[in-house]
Amino acid sequence: MSEDIKKMIIDYIKKEYLEEDSGVTVNESTKLISSGIVDSFSMVSLKMFLEKKFSIKIPDDKATPEAFDSVNNIMNLLKEYTKS
Amino acid sequence: MAYSEKAKSFYDDTLKNIRQDGLFKEERFIESPQAANIKVEFPLGAQQKQVLNFCANNYLGLSSHPEVVKAAHDGLDSRGYGMSSVRFICGTQDIHHELEDKLTKFLGTEDTILFPSCMEANAAIFEVMLDKEDAMISDRLVHASIVDGMRLSKAQLFNYKHNNMAHLEEKLQETQNCRFRLIITDGVFSMDGDLAKLDEICNLAEKYDAMVMVDDSHASGFIGKTGRGTHEHFNVMGRVDVITTTLGKALGGATGGCVSGRKGIVDLCRQRARPYLFSNTVPPVVVAASIKVIDLISDTTERRDKLERNTKYFREKMTKAGLDIKEGETPIVPVMLYNAKLAQDVARDMYTEGIYVIGFFFPVVAQGQARIRTQISADHEIEHIDKAVAAFTKVGAKYNILGKKRDEIIAMYGM
Repeated sequence: MSEDIKKMIIDYIKKEYLEEDSGVTVNESTKLISSGIVDSFSMVSLKMFLEKKFSIKIPDDKATPEAFDSVNNIMNLLKEYTKS
Repeated sequence: MAYSEKAKSFYDDTLKNIRQDGLFKEERFIESPQAANIKVEFPLGAQQKQVLNFCANNYLGLSSHPEVVKAAHDGLDSRGYGMSSVRFICGTQDIHHELEDKLTKFLGTEDTILFPSCMEANAAIFEVMLDKEDAMISDRLVHASIVDGMRLSKAQLFNYKHNNMAHLEEKLQETQNCRFRLIITDGVFSMDGDLAKLDEICNLAEKYDAMVMVDDSHASGFIGKTGRGTHEHFNVMGRVDVITTTLGKALGGATGGCVSGRKGIVDLCRQRARPYLFSNTVPPVVVAASIKVIDLISDTTERRDKLERNTKYFREKMTKAGLDIKEGETPIVPVMLYNAKLAQDVARDMYTEGIYVIGFFFPVVAQGQARIRTQISADHEIEHIDKAVAAFTKVGAKYNILGKKRDEIIAMYGM
């Protein structure tokens, strides 16, 4: 199940933030924020996508660049807010 | 709480880290009026040096134009130094109204409201226009002040890949249920110097019943046949709902900005825009000078035409010399270096050669996109441009980057 979610997030990142000819590969540990694939501005739309998809609310103080810096980190965030 | 040892060491450490990361911004001291040719002291205490300025937003060369300076003196003499108030209390003079009317006429809109800066215009507009049932759909490379402004609004935020119209259309389809949609873009993107596809954006806006907002700070005064901006360039005057722009670049270079566009939106800004309600009025001296600037550039396109010729000449020469510049037609000409340290080293060597340019790197531009952003001015003469190209050629040869493209430069210096 978690593999499906990872894939879904990776697909979203590729579709939303990368040009088709960028040649950049994204996997679960790829640095997203610190490598510049997702900038702090685009992080807002990524957060919104996750909140909508999983019907959760991620508090702004938890939506840090570190928390969004890889798909693995995002998975940790999701675990915390999809508990209930 | 006192400025404790704990607080002091935190701030000191932060500064130390900024230095260690090579991101510390050092100011150079210009000891002459802003112009193509300036006297600079750098570093502090060093001998003054005469250099050519290739990184000012002084596109039309009006920052120190004698008639603009005279108008500023006249404004100072006739209307005083400051207003000591905000607009709606007792901070509005006749000349504020006069400048708003002139800007409206120049930009070809319905109405205009002045702000202390374009940053404050951008801080105001989204909160005034939109609420939580609305959507802001923004190009991903818009100016930081637009991003800050959008953060102040309750509206939902969507963004589309830079200048990617198919992606914008997807976002418009995705947000069909929203009450209002506002497409948001820079007219000219400040880091890449490319133009928003405003004609296609307006077509999509009309197809999907959305509004269009453009920040034309790097366009007003010189883009388009008569310098009205990107809406003139793309022949969509009257189809853009809101333009924000600055008086601090081509239009005199001091400070001040505005929101110009649909009358109802401008009227609402006068009632609800927080930077308008709580920030001091643009000083009379700036207003008087800005009125002169609008008169000067309305009478003739001479400066705008010279800027166009200079830009074309510089772009051709730099390409021929083998520098990797971003293609385009605007006077923002990024010289791509990809590596932050390389960008800083080249900028330093250029200063030694008598050319004032600055390296830009992450987080100002994306990782691996470090560059020197050069900007051309109507104040530049051909000999100035030739000297800059010769300096870039000499420094480029030193670092062995002439004729090299992205992959080769990254292979030598890393990202």
